Amino acid sequence: MNVVKVQGGNKNHRVFMYALSTCAWCKRTKQFLKDNNVDYEYVDIDLESEEEQKKIEKDLASRGCYAYPALLIDGRQLIKGFKVDEIEEVLGLR
Amino acid sequence: MRSRAESDARSRGYYLNSDENFLKDLLEGLKKNEERYGYPSCPCRLASGKFELDRDIICPCDYRDPDVEEFGTCYCGLYARKDVSEGKMPVVSIPERRPLKKQMRAYDISAKSSSTQPLAVSTVTAEPAKIKLKLWYCKQCGYVVFREEPPYICPICKAKREFFTDLRIEIYSAR
Repeated sequence: MNVVKVQGGNKNHRVFMYALSTCAWCKRTKQFLKDNNVDYEYVDIDLESEEEQKKIEKDLASRGCYAYPALLIDGRQLIKGFKVDEIEEVLGLR
Repeated sequence: MRSRAESDARSRGYYLNSDENFLKDLLEGLKKNEERYGYPSCPCRLASGKFELDRDIICPCDYRDPDVEEFGTCYCGLYARKDVSEGKMPVVSIPERRPLKKQMRAYDISAKSSSTQPLAVSTVTAEPAKIKLKLWYCKQCGYVVFREEPPYICPICKAKREFFTDLRIEIYSAR
């Protein structure tokens, strides 16, 4: 899996983002995290191999999610979609 | 890509996203999908690359009409209702309407296999050949479509899905 790491000063949470390279909402979410100086990692699933895509979809489905962007916080909590309020609250950005 | 979307929006009384940068990203995403899959599948959904399995998410997707009606925009935000395009309502990320079973089928996986939460999903095949296409007929205007499921909203008269019934044609040879 080709994971991209984006450096940021805010390392309070482990943030992992499942994204699509073509998705405008994913792009906004990446920008939002960057603007808020959040340290995070992401993978653009559509650029992965079919085998890898299957694995990721299965993992997300097991968490009851199949929409992008999906933000996995500290390996537990999943935020589905670009929900500014929810992201701010969970990451303590307010 | 843009003129196609514009003309489609006009024909349905919709508008394109008024945020130029956002719109540009969406159109680029559609173009990229058309180049790699051969059809412009939704830029905000993961396509399988198998036409029959992605058919419902080819733009304009099957979910656009009910989404624009209920939320003011389609899932990716390309198409918008008048009030949203005029900025009277913000464009926000909306919930996914595409049934989970269709997504799972596209990847030939069962959501049950590693599930920690109960999901209403059953194992389904990914074989496009096994998709059963039927003729669906709108009882209100007579529109007929050959699809796996009836449309959410009739593209001709805007009747709801409940107005569709499957159509069986029997042909007898005259003797």
